[in-house]
Order: sequence, then structure tokens, then C-alpha cells
Amino acid sequence: MTISAELAVPLASTTPALNRRWAHRKWGLIRLVSPLVLLGVWQLGSALGLIPQDVLPAPSLIVEAGIELIENGQLADALRVSGIRVVEGLFLGGFLGVALGTAVGLSRWVEATVDPPMQMIRALPHLGLIPLVILWFGIGELPKVLLVALGVSFPLYLNTFSAIRQVDPKLFETAQVLGFSFWQRFRTIIVPSAAPQVLVGVRQSLAIAWLTLIVAEQINADKGIGFLINNARDFLRIDIIIFGLIVYALLGIGTDAIVRALERRALRYRS
Amino acid sequence: MTIASERQTVIVGELRDVNKWYGDHHVLTDVSVRVGRGEIVALIGRSGSGKSTVLRVFAGLSSDHTGEHVVSGSAALAFQEPRLFPWRDVRTNVVYGLTRSRLPRSEAQTRADRALADVGLADRADAWPLTLSGGQAQRVSLARALVAEPELLLLDEPFGALDALTRLSMRGLLLDLWREHGFGVLLVTHDVDEAVALADRVLVLEAGRVVHMLTIDEPRQSPGAHIDHYRAELLDKLGVQI
Repeated sequence: MTISAELAVPLASTTPALNRRWAHRKWGLIRLVSPLVLLGVWQLGSALGLIPQDVLPAPSLIVEAGIELIENGQLADALRVSGIRVVEGLFLGGFLGVALGTAVGLSRWVEATVDPPMQMIRALPHLGLIPLVILWFGIGELPKVLLVALGVSFPLYLNTFSAIRQVDPKLFETAQVLGFSFWQRFRTIIVPSAAPQVLVGVRQSLAIAWLTLIVAEQINADKGIGFLINNARDFLRIDIIIFGLIVYALLGIGTDAIVRALERRALRYRS
Repeated sequence: MTIASERQTVIVGELRDVNKWYGDHHVLTDVSVRVGRGEIVALIGRSGSGKSTVLRVFAGLSSDHTGEHVVSGSAALAFQEPRLFPWRDVRTNVVYGLTRSRLPRSEAQTRADRALADVGLADRADAWPLTLSGGQAQRVSLARALVAEPELLLLDEPFGALDALTRLSMRGLLLDLWREHGFGVLLVTHDVDEAVALADRVLVLEAGRVVHMLTIDEPRQSPGAHIDHYRAELLDKLGVQI
């Protein structure tokens, strides 16, 4: 009895650890395999003729369409044009949103004067403004950038505003005791304590920026990813349309990952 | 001139006949408090007696009071909670105690490191404040208050949030630093034992008035000191039945 109990101890202590590691990996593996299986089924269904290719082309054909666009340089051109639209819109709208949010967060006066009209403009669906924007600014780059800027500014405005209002007042009191100037308070208290929530606003803004761009590029564009997709529609190139959509998705995921990395850096003191 | 009389004569901080209202509520009534150089004065009272308000007046955090407020030289304040900036490392937090001194950065950092060594935390200078224990964080707060070598140290229940053992070692640390640097201390507390263990004089505050003053003649923290009658006197003045 005693001997078997002693033997059982090392076994009991290693197997659960192994089991736990396997269980941990198992779920990760299943999550990885699931979309791959789906992709395989799609490819197989296309090869067997179960999926009509003029409705949904096989994954291999979509990859080929992508390679074609990369090789003839159309993708690079489209990415550059669409990228510039998003970046300009983000900077313009982001600057406005953060600046107004900061001013409103710091001053009751600015809040009382600026916040009501901001809330009213926010109630307008910005994509619904497209006809107006076209009439006012034509169909060039400006209306697209302005639409992105408009969509981007509100999440940043709201998040910056509430982030600044949530700064711990005890830190301001401490700053007063230490003799901080306004600029020092801004740099050492307001910016770092507001940063995490402002970055949440940046993530929301990025999602809106891509969405706005997609819609704006569908309606009138002679270059960019949206033009690529629209053009493909005229030539019944479903493979290119799907590839364009995947590019939009990858851009969204990629930019979100960049902001998440910034978030981790802004919060590294909490580790 | 004896040490005791020098302590009484060179004043580093004083309030004379200070009155303060919050609306209709008379929070401080004719409060006069004097702290001499190298003297430790404890201000004791129940919660709501106005003792923290007295400290805020001393620290310049109050504007709407009447009466005279004189602080010769520099004063520094440490709060009950450490109030460190969590997104700046420990050394930078201590450097902030030198904001008014306008020293070059390298000089400020050297002084901050020295102040951290004084409180026994030289090895944590690069740490994030959130990785410190409560006692360590309060020591950083003390280092931040002392780095500018103030003549008057204002302490608002600085050890109140710490566990009993840490509190005892913090008292010892405070006395060590006080012996080394000779600053005057105004200590706000509700802990009678702490007041008796640390102070030269104890003022009892009740409903915004100084109702009693007690001078403690026993040497600090000497074993077998006869402090029980001081405790009893203070508890009696605070209205505590034992």
C-alpha cells in the first residue's frame, strides 16, 4: 500500500501538468484549424463543381487575381491612394476631435458652448451627408477626406472629453502642492491618464475611417481600392471584388493591431 | 540656550487666529498653531474636527480663510495615500519634489537617488510605483517630500493606511530622518499612541478649536518611558472612556 502510494505521487504530479498543457494547446489548434478546414471545403466544392464559379470563385482563383493585381501594380496604386485618403482624414478629424475634446474637458465654458452643437452634428449620420458633400466639394479627393475626418472626429471627441473628466482630482491637488505649471500638469497628469481611453477612441475611429472610405469610394472614385472593386463589377470579375474586400479587412486588422501595440505601451506601467 | 528653548524660538511655520467657513459651517475657529525648528507637533482629533483643514491651510491648499499664515522657508506635504504618478518611475516621482527648485535634470536625479537611499529604496529607483508595496510607496512619497530639504514637513495621517508592523517601522524611519535633517514636523493623526511616540507637543482639536495642548517631556521611544499618563490625558480630552 505504502509503496504504490509513493509511486503514484510522481505520476500524479506530471500527468496533470502535461494534460493541462495539451488542453491549452488543443483549443488553440482547433481555432487555427477551423478556418483552414472551411477554406479547404470551399476549394474542394469549387473543384467538384458544387459551387458555381461565376457566383463564388475558388480561393485559388482569388489568390491568382491578387497576384495579378500585385504584379501589374494596380494594387500598390490603389493602396497608396486609399491610404492617403484615410491618413489625411484621420489626421484632420483626429486633430479636431482631440483638440475639441481636450478644450471641452478642461473648461466648463467651452463645454457649455461647444458641446451642444457637437452633439447635434453627431446626431447626423455622416454617411448620409454624401449627397451634400458632393454638391459642396465635388467628386475629387477633398469630399472623401472630409467625410473620413467627420466620421473620425466624434469617437475621439467623446473619448477625449470623458477621459479628461475622469482624471483623478487628487493628482491635480498633488501637482498644486508640488508647484507644477499648467504645461507640467498637462504633460504629467492629463496626457498619461487620458491616453488609454483616447486610444480606445482611436481604435473606434479607425474602424469608422475604413468604413467611411469604403462607402465614399463606392460612390464616386476614379482610383483607390473602391475604384478597383467597382471597376471589377463592370467586368464581372468577382475574384477581384472579393480580393479587394479582403484587402480592406487586412487594412482594418493591421491598423487596429498597431493601435493595440500603442495601448500596451501606454499601459506598460500597470504590468 | 537649551535645545528645547531653541525649538520654541525659531519658528518655521505658524498659523495665527485662523478662521474658515464652508458655507455656514464654521470649520476652524481662532486656530493658532506654531511649529519650531526641529520640533514635532502632533495635531490630534476625531474625524471632522478640522485637523486636515489646518494642514491644508499650512500647505497653501486653502484660499478662503482669514488669519495669518506664515511659513518661513520651504514646506512639503505628504498625504495619507502616497499619490505617486503611476506612469512615471519611482525616481522621476521623487524628482517632482524638486519642481520649485528648478535644478538641472542630472542634479535633480542625483538628489532624488540620495533621498531614495535615505528611505531605504535606492534599488527601486527604476521601478513602476504600482509594483511597490503600500509601505514602500509611502516611503517614496516621504522621499518626494524631503528631497527639497524642507524646513517644515506636513504629514496628513501618513501611516494611517499601512498595516501595524509597517506603521511601526515607518515611525522609526521618520524619526531617523528627522534626527538627520532637523526639519520641523506638523503631524496630523487620530492615533494617540503615534502622537505620544513621535511628538514634542500634542494639540487636541475639537470642532475646529484647539482645546488642549500637551508637552511631552519623555525621551522618544526610550524603553520603559512613562507615557501612559500622556495617553490617558489625551484620550480623556478626546472624550474616549477607557
